[in-house]
Amino acid sequence: MRKSKDRLRNESPNQNPRGVTDPGASGPDQSLPRPFAGAGGGCSAEGGAAKARGASGTWCEPDRPGRIKLLQNRVLLGRQSVSSTCTPLGSTMIHSLFLINSSGDIFLEKHWKSVVSRSVCDYFFEAQERATEAENVPPVIPTPHHYLLNVYRHKIFFVAVIQTEVPPLFVIEFLHRVVDTFQDYFGVCSEVVIKDNVVVVYEVLEEMLDNGFPLATESNILKELIKPPTILRTVVNTITGSTNVGDQLPTGQLSVVPWRRTGVKYTNNEAYFDVIEEIDAIIDKSGSTITAEIQGVIDACVKLTGMPDLTLSFMNPRLLDDVSFHPCVRFKRWESERILSFIPPDGNFRLLSYHVSAQNLVAIPVYVKHNISFRDSSSLGRFEITVGPKQTMGKTVEGVMVTSQMPKGVLNMSLTPSQGMHTFDPVTKLLSWDVGKINPQKLPSLKGTMSLQAGTSKPDENPTINLQFKIQQLAISGLKVNRLDMYGEKYKPFKGIKYMTKAGKFQVRT
Amino acid sequence: MEQGSLLAKISEASCNIRSVLEMAGSLQVTLKPEPSVEERELANAAADQYEQNLTVNEDLKQMLESNKDSAKLDAMKRIVGMIAKGKNASELFPAVVKNVASKNIEIKKLVYVYLMRYAEEQQDLALLSISTFQRALKDPNQLIRASALRVLSSIRVPIIVPIMMLAIKEASADLSPYVRKNAAHAIQKLYSLDPEQKEMLIEVIEKLLKDKSTLVAGSVVMAFEEVCPDRIDLIHKNYRKLCNLLVDVEEWGQVVIIHMLTRYARTQFVSPWKEDPASFSAQDISALGMNQDCVIKDGVLEEDNEKDFYESDEEQKEKDQKVKKPYAMDPDHRLLIRNTKPLLQSRNAAVVMAVAQLYWHLAPKSEAGIVSKSLVRLLRSNREVQYIVLQNIATMSIQRKGMFEPYLKSFYVRSTDPTMIKTSKLEILTNLANEANISTLLREFQTYVKSQDKQFAAATIQAIGRCATNISEVTDTCLNGLVCLLSNRDEIVVAESVVVIKKLLQTQPAHHGEIIKHMAKLLDTITVPVARASILWLIGEYCERVPKIAPDVLRKMAKSFTNEDDLVKLQILNLGAKLYLTNSKQTKLLTQYILNLGKYDQSYDIRDRTRFIRQLIVPNEKSGALSKYAKKIFLAQKPAPLLESPFKDRDRFQLGTLSHTLNTKAIGYLELSNWPEVAPDPSVRNVEVIELGKEWSVALGKAKKEKPTEKFYSDSEEEESASTTDTESESTSESEKEKNGKEEGSSMENSESSSEELSDSESESKEGSAKKKFKTTEESDSDDTEKKTKMISKKRESSGSSDSESSSTEESSSDSESESDSESDAESRKHKNAIASKVSSPIFVPMKTHELLHRMSGKGLAAHYHFSRQPCIYGNQMVSVQVTLTNTTDQKLENIHVGERKLPAGMKMHVFNPIEFLEPEESITVSMGIDFCDSTQTASFQLCTKEDHFNVNIQPPVGELLLPVTMSEKDFKTEQGMLTGMNETSTTITVAPQNSTRLVLLEKVVKAANLGVVPSGQDNIHRFSAKTVHSGSLMLVTVELKEGSTAQLIINTEKTVIGSILLRELKPVLSQG
Repeated sequence: MRKSKDRLRNESPNQNPRGVTDPGASGPDQSLPRPFAGAGGGCSAEGGAAKARGASGTWCEPDRPGRIKLLQNRVLLGRQSVSSTCTPLGSTMIHSLFLINSSGDIFLEKHWKSVVSRSVCDYFFEAQERATEAENVPPVIPTPHHYLLNVYRHKIFFVAVIQTEVPPLFVIEFLHRVVDTFQDYFGVCSEVVIKDNVVVVYEVLEEMLDNGFPLATESNILKELIKPPTILRTVVNTITGSTNVGDQLPTGQLSVVPWRRTGVKYTNNEAYFDVIEEIDAIIDKSGSTITAEIQGVIDACVKLTGMPDLTLSFMNPRLLDDVSFHPCVRFKRWESERILSFIPPDGNFRLLSYHVSAQNLVAIPVYVKHNISFRDSSSLGRFEITVGPKQTMGKTVEGVMVTSQMPKGVLNMSLTPSQGMHTFDPVTKLLSWDVGKINPQKLPSLKGTMSLQAGTSKPDENPTINLQFKIQQLAISGLKVNRLDMYGEKYKPFKGIKYMTKAGKFQVRT
Repeated sequence: MEQGSLLAKISEASCNIRSVLEMAGSLQVTLKPEPSVEERELANAAADQYEQNLTVNEDLKQMLESNKDSAKLDAMKRIVGMIAKGKNASELFPAVVKNVASKNIEIKKLVYVYLMRYAEEQQDLALLSISTFQRALKDPNQLIRASALRVLSSIRVPIIVPIMMLAIKEASADLSPYVRKNAAHAIQKLYSLDPEQKEMLIEVIEKLLKDKSTLVAGSVVMAFEEVCPDRIDLIHKNYRKLCNLLVDVEEWGQVVIIHMLTRYARTQFVSPWKEDPASFSAQDISALGMNQDCVIKDGVLEEDNEKDFYESDEEQKEKDQKVKKPYAMDPDHRLLIRNTKPLLQSRNAAVVMAVAQLYWHLAPKSEAGIVSKSLVRLLRSNREVQYIVLQNIATMSIQRKGMFEPYLKSFYVRSTDPTMIKTSKLEILTNLANEANISTLLREFQTYVKSQDKQFAAATIQAIGRCATNISEVTDTCLNGLVCLLSNRDEIVVAESVVVIKKLLQTQPAHHGEIIKHMAKLLDTITVPVARASILWLIGEYCERVPKIAPDVLRKMAKSFTNEDDLVKLQILNLGAKLYLTNSKQTKLLTQYILNLGKYDQSYDIRDRTRFIRQLIVPNEKSGALSKYAKKIFLAQKPAPLLESPFKDRDRFQLGTLSHTLNTKAIGYLELSNWPEVAPDPSVRNVEVIELGKEWSVALGKAKKEKPTEKFYSDSEEEESASTTDTESESTSESEKEKNGKEEGSSMENSESSSEELSDSESESKEGSAKKKFKTTEESDSDDTEKKTKMISKKRESSGSSDSESSSTEESSSDSESESDSESDAESRKHKNAIASKVSSPIFVPMKTHELLHRMSGKGLAAHYHFSRQPCIYGNQMVSVQVTLTNTTDQKLENIHVGERKLPAGMKMHVFNPIEFLEPEESITVSMGIDFCDSTQTASFQLCTKEDHFNVNIQPPVGELLLPVTMSEKDFKTEQGMLTGMNETSTTITVAPQNSTRLVLLEKVVKAANLGVVPSGQDNIHRFSAKTVHSGSLMLVTVELKEGSTAQLIINTEKTVIGSILLRELKPVLSQG
């Protein structure tokens, strides 16, 4: 209902020749909340137009034309504002960034060039409304004078405004990097945290981008420029009056190893590597594998003094079909010897990610037996699933979680699990069953009935079952690290390696 | 008692608090009806509550003006918070800007943030901060220099354009690659602020392109793309370097460089696709690759080197191939393709995509396949990345199915994918469908049709339709499957099926009867307009095959006509017309009834159609010849619709671009040109080694005595080493400064002021650069290219060729002379050299323009020139001249260039690049470099347009043959002491009274000649110093004011001729008012 009025008011700053937000004009615009993402399209438009007419008295008809006129009007105004604020050649990669929460509030804005009016986000809100679900919002939205590229993470839309041709992945990848950096800085990336640390956020954004072109995106470097906030440091700063901002250029920035800072010192020198593999699979009704692939990563946590030079070798490197590396890995060495040789960044980082493709045979560690049936005549359906281990190499399957999106016709379910907890949300129709560990002697099962909406016919499709699980100390692809050696430093580091297999996008069709 | 009263007081207080709270609560309630962003924030942070009202802005102002840094910092933090929320904080500008010079670095940073946001609105006030940045630009800390440049270039205030230009020029020669990187960024900013500066900026870009630091490469290419993407000629010389550096450039730079090189390659190489790719055997490729390897290992593509190589048997093989095939890939083309390959392993999706598009657009078709694996890997990434990658794969998969066929299963759809991902995947699956995999695919599609996501289900039906038309084997199967779907319960699915079946039937005119009957029955149940319209059209089109049903359908439709959608009404009219023509007996009345209904329909479209049909089919006396052909018109054979991919025409855009994603041309999209028929001259990319040899020889000559200096900037120097090899090495000021500062800072007299001056000057110390160069040769360099170059240059050096005297050799030889003079006292020597060559930036004086060509004599082309007083970028011995060309005619002037030159012996001239055309009333400023050989001889040349040529000449005033030098008073005196006798000219002049104040006098002198001011201890003596541009001889000017209004004017210089001319010129300047 408020939407259109909101937009109407929103335009007023635009009329200001510089596109500057005039406090008088922008006041009322902020006094109204943004439309909720999932608001029904048609209804809100009509209501909005009616309200707009009430406000200004000039709008013609209480239905779609009103809305169209509104839009045209805005486009016009938009043009005015653009022609006056932006030089025609004012091209840059990322012009501005808006952070928008799930209820449609712009809670942070940052401009790297002339200010772009907030009203540009209206096009985003429109797209958001059309998409109904957050993840269906198109990542690239054209507007008459700008392009909006967005990513959606942690329930926040990061909307970048750009003006000219740019590789879209460039912007998207950068936005993801921004999110990663925030996460790295604050532990979590949420609206509250960003608002609480707005100054640090601003400083970080300032360093990450200059004139819309990425400047420093390596978190090791950023952390030297702007120190992440910790309670201890805040206390120290208030006492000593020192600051969070580094005044020296990070040494890494200029060296041949820009990802590592110099002068690292630890009393306990440790290097941990986690080999984590995720299985993406689609299993068909009969239990045969339609497609399965393994996505693996090696995440490292390296806390070593000085400038260690590490090599990591595998027992069976040929398994790694398609690999992408952290910039620290020496590619030539890998090409010739299949050995990972690198000077690691300090702290946590992803050393490599790899892909074991569908051509190779992938062992599927679990199976699901299911019997889900709807009958045309009765309003009851039968539901029964059993989960069991398949090729687990003798390891236990843990953390099993079954979720399934039930058809709309299902009103409720009465189920009894042999173990674990289950919930069914009658509104979203989402069934989830937290199974826990699978005991091969006594397979977990979930049985019961579904009550269906009376009068409607049976759903076309049986629901898909999504599976999550974890297997410790197993890399399902069979990848094994042979050894880790360190050169360049004298001490003996503590080394550790961990394997884990997880379900990625693991789906069972029924 | 006392206790009791205390209790009472406490309870009273708590009462008060409660009431306050209540009030606050009610306040909130009153605000509730329209809860807002603000309000929620208000509730969160009480401090924010007042931010809107002025009193607290006052409060902020006070905090900013306080002496305590903590209060200031607090205030700044709150202000940044306001900016972040999009609130207006502009009225605090004066208070904030005062803190720009704060010692506290965090406050400073926040002030910068503020300035960048608001400077544009408060330009006058923003100017107050400029001097701070100018000072910071000279700071020894590179981070501070860089950030000063960043802020200075980010405050969009047009008045400071000249200052920015100067700062950029200086920073582009900074020792620190980080500062140079920032200079590259600043280029774009200045360009967007003032496009007039384009030419000057291109010069800077040209210079920075030569930079070999990986840090700079990405940024400068970015600037190139923004400012002058059409100046592809600037890339030639740097092409190989960029290719070789690429792997080490930071990831964002890689993306930009790869895109630029893709464009470049498309203009410079011939198409590798002409031959049948299959016949291009692997052996050929490897042979070419090896050949390439060897050449590149040599670092430089020297003719003799190549000859050696080509005599190998490999060459023989290649010759044979050449006989067989006319096409052989340019080694540079191969270099690019090979050097980008490792980047497919990058973790950055944008880099992978950039390489993929490069392979797609540049690589031989047989090799493009290697990118598919990496692209498929990206599908594991976030949904946004997936979306873009899938779109690009979709375009690729239309043209070259084979590339992605092995990965078919990776595109299978999961129920949890967002709809847009699902549809893109479906698109690819459809493109990949062929006889071999269609049965698996159709089975997969069956699952999709049942999806709960109906939009996706509908898209699947379309996909099935496309598969059916493309693969004739499965057409029947698909049609049957689709017919089955007609009994689906979901309306959207049925409607989509109807539409697709309609299209399929058109292509398959065999089956009709049964299916049409089936569909006719559906008319009772289906409500989706498109579907109903499709069915009606089908019945009409094939009404002769269902003669019994068709009239009945028309009857039913006539009944419901008024309630139908416009789309359906039109088809009812069509159906009526067709039946009228084929079966008028049964349907005449019905049709007329429908036509009558249509006549009064609300929609004018329908009314028009009705009128048209009536005239055409119902015979009457007025109807012309057309009605005879009505049947032919309505029942003509219609071509079957093509079921095509929506990605069909996307390949007109370069892959990986925004335009490709949007399928429309985005602003600023640069067209990828077609391959040239004949490759342009590949030798333009050869890097000249001669210059190299010179420089190295200098380095080696000087090197012996150098002690290894402290490795203060070792890292940066390592990178610097690269840049010195083929750039003109005037870019060394900072290092020299640093070193001087370090080594002898304490020994210097008045060290404070002189070091200040030193940092003011833009040094050109050849010795410094030589030192550095040597050091880098000493430093072990892993890059084998580098080593090779070194060896070559050593060889060169020993052969001792010295045909064209470069300034560096000359300078350094003079240096070494002085060195031998006073070798015992190394300290003073260094000191002296440092002074002798410190060229300071010129003092700003109003620009004096001279006429080069009057518009009358130039037939409308007017030209003016002025001396920019900057060190010329074309050569150290040249004076830079800015020529402004104006077109005063009303026609385009084309091809303006410099023609024949008539120069006195020894003089050289670097002309501007030809200007393609100049629009009427437009003017353009170009820069030239002229080496006047320290004489005031005239440089004559012809200024040509397409039609005409005009003789013009430039005679430099003697004052413009100088470059200002800064030195201390003491140094001045020592130098002066050495230049006495013949080298001194003096005269007594009468000084006009208004000229006798220091400021006026300085201004007058500096205006007349490009001299640097030497700080003077005495009020009545003014000293100026400069060096001549060509030979670098010192030019010392002293003005000593005496009693009365007389003054002694003394000039000391080796170049006595110039000295006396200068004396003559300065005389009137001082004596006249």
